[in-house]
Formats: sequence, structure tokens, C-alpha cells
Amino acid sequence: MAQKLSKPGSENSERTDTGERPGSLSSAAKNILAFKEGGILIVFLLACLVLSIVSPYFLTVDNLTNVVRQFSMTAIIAVGMTMVIITAGIDLSVGSIVGFTGCVVGWMLVDGYTVWFSIFIGLLLGTLVGFINGSLIVWIGLPPFIATLGTMGIARGLALVITRGYPIQPFPEDFLYIGQGYIGPIPVPVFIMLGVLILGHIFLSRTTYGRYLYCIGSNPTAARLSGINVRKILLMAYTITGFVSAISAVILIARLSSAQADNGTGWELDVIAATVIGGTSLAGGEGTIVGTLIGAAMMGVIRNALVLLRVSVYWQTVVIGLVIVAAVSLDVLRQRSKAI
Amino acid sequence: MAEEIILEVRNISKSFPGVRALSNVSLSIKRGEVHALVGENGAGKSTLMKILAGAYTKDSGEIILRGKPVEIESPAHAQSLGIAIIYQEFNLAPHLSAAANIFIGREPRSKFFNFIDNRRIRQDAQAIMSELGVDIDVSRPVRDLNVAQQQSTEIAKALSMNADLIIMDEPTSALAEAEVAVLFDVIRRLKAKGITFIYISHNLEEVFQISDRISVLRDGQLIGTNETAKLDAREVVRMMVGRTLDDMFPKPKVDIGGPLLEVKNLSRRGVIRDVSFTLHRGEILGIAGLLGAGRTELMRCIFGADRITSGEIWMEGKRVDIRSPRDAIAAGIGFVPEDRKQQGLFLSLAMRINASAVILPTLARWGLINRQQEKKLVSESIAALQIKTAGQEQIVRDLSGGNQQKVVLAKWLAIKPKVLILDDPTRGIDVGAKVAIHTLMGEFARQGVGIILISSELPEVLGMSDRIIVMDEGAICGEFSREEATHEKVMLAAAGNRAQREAV
Repeated sequence: MAQKLSKPGSENSERTDTGERPGSLSSAAKNILAFKEGGILIVFLLACLVLSIVSPYFLTVDNLTNVVRQFSMTAIIAVGMTMVIITAGIDLSVGSIVGFTGCVVGWMLVDGYTVWFSIFIGLLLGTLVGFINGSLIVWIGLPPFIATLGTMGIARGLALVITRGYPIQPFPEDFLYIGQGYIGPIPVPVFIMLGVLILGHIFLSRTTYGRYLYCIGSNPTAARLSGINVRKILLMAYTITGFVSAISAVILIARLSSAQADNGTGWELDVIAATVIGGTSLAGGEGTIVGTLIGAAMMGVIRNALVLLRVSVYWQTVVIGLVIVAAVSLDVLRQRSKAI
Repeated sequence: MAEEIILEVRNISKSFPGVRALSNVSLSIKRGEVHALVGENGAGKSTLMKILAGAYTKDSGEIILRGKPVEIESPAHAQSLGIAIIYQEFNLAPHLSAAANIFIGREPRSKFFNFIDNRRIRQDAQAIMSELGVDIDVSRPVRDLNVAQQQSTEIAKALSMNADLIIMDEPTSALAEAEVAVLFDVIRRLKAKGITFIYISHNLEEVFQISDRISVLRDGQLIGTNETAKLDAREVVRMMVGRTLDDMFPKPKVDIGGPLLEVKNLSRRGVIRDVSFTLHRGEILGIAGLLGAGRTELMRCIFGADRITSGEIWMEGKRVDIRSPRDAIAAGIGFVPEDRKQQGLFLSLAMRINASAVILPTLARWGLINRQQEKKLVSESIAALQIKTAGQEQIVRDLSGGNQQKVVLAKWLAIKPKVLILDDPTRGIDVGAKVAIHTLMGEFARQGVGIILISSELPEVLGMSDRIIVMDEGAICGEFSREEATHEKVMLAAAGNRAQREAV
């Protein structure tokens, strides 16, 4: 086989794998970059640095707590979305699932059911919608885009049917704790997010199911011919996404103290953006929970920046749209450079 | 024809990160010759070719085309210089007609609003096809054409660009024997008109048939160039590999055991008709036949990749119901598909993931993968198959064809299958790796594994099989033992029915 280039002077002095002298700043930077998420982490830290200089409010405890609590809901859903996008699929219905399950939980709470039971039914419904998404894709063979576009409309419609446009409230104190409470200095939603992230990470990186997700995303034909139950795994990914969307819904309505049919509208964009920024390729086959977390944090910081910089709400949607375009463009360019 | 040099490369070097692909390669190509370029995978043939085609830029050295030094900057530039390249995987738009493909990007326009002149496209395309002596309906979409016809379309495309230097990369790897003869006819015809060919191939038999001179590359260097008439296969292989290969087909003597896999009256509507055969322990069963005979389709049915409409499959005396690859794997059947990139590998993932893909469930408890066990198993596989890789985490896409195929084999060996189906396992692989795979096949057979070998290379089937089954039109039409099988007999059996029908 062709000869490997020899590195001059490598026998004499100690160098890291990338040829740098150990201990130097560039060697540290290169080591971080060696991690797939390194690149985006550096960008994120830079963004925070810039923002802390531009606005004195950014690095305050109050603000940061808010930011994290905000993006925690996106991050939770993004755990499921990451799995789905790794299989080269997509789920557009997550925002509608948030709205729909939120309204069902709210309705049950107001109707007098216990907090636990209401939450249980909400989670069950979210899981069911996810399962329906998966079934449409796996058994009928609908492209994920179309299947989830359909459920997106259906779920949102059902939310409207339940509420008839009115907000559902009030909720018991116990319930509100989920969205508004703290454990120590840290908001409850953040704990829930961490729990979901950790479980998601273990699932994706350490279990056979997670492994199969990557295989299916890389080459579904080869996956099937290697004995992988592609249908079952895909079903699982969409079902999990429905489930985590319902978790976010519960947190949301607890935070807002009311449930409305339009809850979660447009969330799919934030979730997908967070996932793609975090390094999950829409082409499938790669992505990590850690990356997605950084992506969600990035989205949170960007939104926060727009608020702190007093950017009009209308412009905020424009900026978020631009961020999504930029993130996906970078992904496409990265894929292209690999294909050489 | 005057002995004019159409292309000369001097001291071409090219490196990629960590790898020196070409070192000071100097070659000259004579006008109107068929110049073969051979070498193992990783020898640098593909790199050199891509430099000529404008897909890569050289690091150093000179290219002198028709007596004038040039810098080839892009594929479009190469085309404008009269250099055309036909890749192993064609560059055709499947839904467009052959004619449209030939003129793609350079469509002649009509005077009417500068619209595309479809009539002229068809006429000109037809003219080129006649020049090639190939009979194709140029209006048919390319996806309806067979591989050989698609290749002719690519050649026509090259001609329409007035290329007089055509580089062909593994042109016959997907062709049947009869189609290869047609291709060679076309090449000779064009040669007579002064067109020069650079012919890259692993198939030495064909290289000796068609080329005037042969250049051998090894490890990025030119080992030597000589006239084909003055060389023989052994010498070329020695130059390619650096040592003599005593036997291309090391088939050990194996005691063949009892029945292992029995297929009874298998049918798949429209594809397979009433196929029955038995595979024994330690036996290598070769399946021969022309392209489209149904060999791969039959194996896919046995492996559960496609549905059976009737028939039974028995393993070790017990009937098994195989409806999916998972069922087949559970029954102890492994399948190395004919297209390793599309069907056998996860190209974007690490070697470790590829190698453990089938055996993964046994490496996990309650779903959680035991990383230690996985790494150990993969190391053992790498060692056993002598896979050349930078490590378990190397992305499989970056491996050479031969090593990629070994990864696919490793994936299946991990589950210790009772039956291993190999579909064209040495296609597009260099000589060294081919022999390695053949040796492995012999090893498995010795261990009692039953092997089914599909191959379009008759020498391979004849050299490795204990028994040969011939298929045509989805049914078995002949069977030969190792002793009685000859090239002619098998070819005749494979083509038998077709010849009779075509003669009518």
C-alpha cells in the first residue's frame, strides 16, 4: 500500500497526535476539535463571550436561569428529533404534539383528575401519536416529511377541537411546580432535561437500538441485509419523539399555568435547528446528544441575544430562519467535502 | 499508424494527508494504442487517472499532451482537451434517453427561440452509435438499457465530445462475456480511427486480449511498461504484487460432509422457477450463468431478502421458514451481497460498527453493548482476515475495495454461519486481495461451512467450486462436478436456451 508520510523531528520531541507540542494553546484547541462536537462548542462559547461583552445582563444568574429553562423544552424534544434525523428522517409534528397533549393534560386537570394520572395520559397520547407517525412511515411507506406533516395538522386540529380556542386553566399548585419550581437554585425543567438527555445519550451511544439507528441512517439496505429489524427501530425513533414532545408539553403548560391550542406552534423549527446545529446531518448516519444539547443551548442564546439587544419580535423570526439556513448550509457543505 | 506519443506524463507526484499516492510516475502513451494500466488497489491507478481527467490536481510533475505542456484544471478543461473518462460507475441520468445523455450540457439548439433541438440530438446520437457499430434505440431511457448498452452510451458521449484519448476504468467488471466481446470490437474499431485508450482493469485475461502495452503501478510508483506481446500473466502479477503468486485459486482438498442446506422447488413469481439443490458441509457450490439468469435473485430468496411464492428451505434436516434476513441469520445463513457499497457496508461509519453489525445482539446485555467485548472481537476479525486499516475507528469509505470486502466478510464470520453465500465476492478487487479471499473460502470450507459462490468470472467458478450449478431464466439448467466442468461446457449450458431462442 502507499507509504505514509513521516513527520520530521517526531522521534526527537514529544508531539500530540496532530503534530503540535503538548501544552500549547493550539494543541488544546486541536484536541477539542478532535471531538466532533468541538467545533460547535467553540462557536457557542464565542457567541456567549461576545454577548456577555455586548450586554451586561447576559451573564446574570436570573438571565442564564431563564435561558436554560427556555431551551430545556427544545432540548428535550430534540433528543427524539436527533434519533429521527440520524435515520435520515424528519418529524414535523412535534410542535403540534406539544399543543395537543398539553391541551389534553390541561383538560383532565381542570376536570379534576389527579396530576399523575393526567400527566400519564398526556405522555401516553404523545407516545401514541409518535407511534402513528412511525406506523405511517414504516407500514404504509409514507415519506417521513409527508407523514409527520399530516399528523402535524391532525394533532393541531384536535387541540383546537378540545379547547374550542379557549385557554384551559387554572391548574393545581402541585402541577405548576413542574414548570415553575426550583430544586435549589436550578429550575425543575432543567432537571427533567438533564434526565432525558442522559437517558437519550445512553440509549443512542450505548445500546444496540441506538447503534442500529446509525446503521439505518447510513445505509438502510445494508441494515436490513445485516439482519437489523429496520421497521422496529424506525418505529421506536418516532414513538420516542412523540413521548418526549409530550414531556415538553407538560413542562410548558405548567410554566404558563394554562393550556392553549396554539402551544408549541413553530417549535419544530427550533428543534430541528438545534439538532442540525449540533452536528446531526439531515443526510443521516451521524449526530450525538451532546451535540444536540450544544445546538439547543446555541438556539437559546441566540433568542436571548435578540431579546437583550431589544430586537423587535418580528425580526426575531427572521433571524431564527437565517440561523436555520446557515446551519443546514454548513451541514450540506460538510457532507459535500466528505464525498470527494 | 505513426508511432506518435499523444500523452506523456513526467515525474507526476500526488499526496493526500498521510499518504503518498503517486511518486514520480512517468509514462508515455502512443497515439492509437490501447494502453493498459494495472496494479493492486492503492497502487495509484485511480489517482493518476483522475489527474488526467481533471478531477484531481497533481502536486508536481508535467503533463505533455500532443507535444505541448498543459495544466489540466478541471474535468471540463480535460474534456475540452479531448480527454474523456468513463468511470466504473457510469455518469448517466437514468430517466433521460441515451441520446439526451450523450449531448447533456451541450445540446444543439434550434433556431426557434433557442430551444433544444431534439430531432438533431436523436439523429446525431444515432450516427455515433452506428459509427460504434452498436445497435441501440437512442430514444429509450437509459435505465431501460442493460449495463453494456449504458457503457456504449458513455463511449458515444466521449466520442461526441471529440475525445481522442479515452480512459476506461474497470470497463468490464459488470459485463457478461458476450458483451465484453462487443466492447472489444468497439475499441478496435475506434483504435483504427486513431483513438487512444487507457484501459484500467484487474482482469488480466482481458488486458492481455485487448491491450498493446501494459504499465504496472505498485505503491504509487511505475514498476515498468512493456509491450503486451512480450509479457505474460505471471510476470505482470509479479510486477504488481512484488512476488509470484503460485495459485490464484487455492482450493484445498476438503472432505465433503452430509447435506446442510436443501432447497426444494423454490419459486418466486416471475423470477425463479422451481429450483431445487442441496449444499453439503464443507462444499463450495458454484453458481454460474449469464447476467439476468436469476442467481442473485435465488440467493436473495434463500436469505429472506425477497419473498418466496412457493417451495421449501431445509437446514440440517429441519424445515425453516425464512421471511426476512433475520430469519435466515437465525438459521445460520450469511450473505455477502454483490454490491458491497450499496448493500454490504455502512460507508460513513467506522470499521468496528460494520464488523459487529450482525453479531451485535450477542455482545449486549439488556440492550447495552459491551464495548470491551466488541473491541476484542473486532480486533480478532481484523487479524484473522488481515484487514489493512488504520484502526477499528477508521471510516470504511476510506478503505480500499479489497479491504472493504474483507470487512463485509468479517461481519459475517463473526456469527460463525453454517452456510455462507458469496455473490461476486472478488469483483473490482486487486489480485492480492482476490487470492486472500479465495484462501479464506478454502479455510471456511475446511471448517465445515457450506459455501455458495456466485461469480461472473468463469475461471473463479471453475477454480474454486466442488460442484457447479448453471442457471438460466430463473431455473437450473445444468450441473457439473469439479472434474467434469470446463469453460466451454459451462458457457454452453448458461447460454444454451438463449442461443436457441435467438436463432429462431
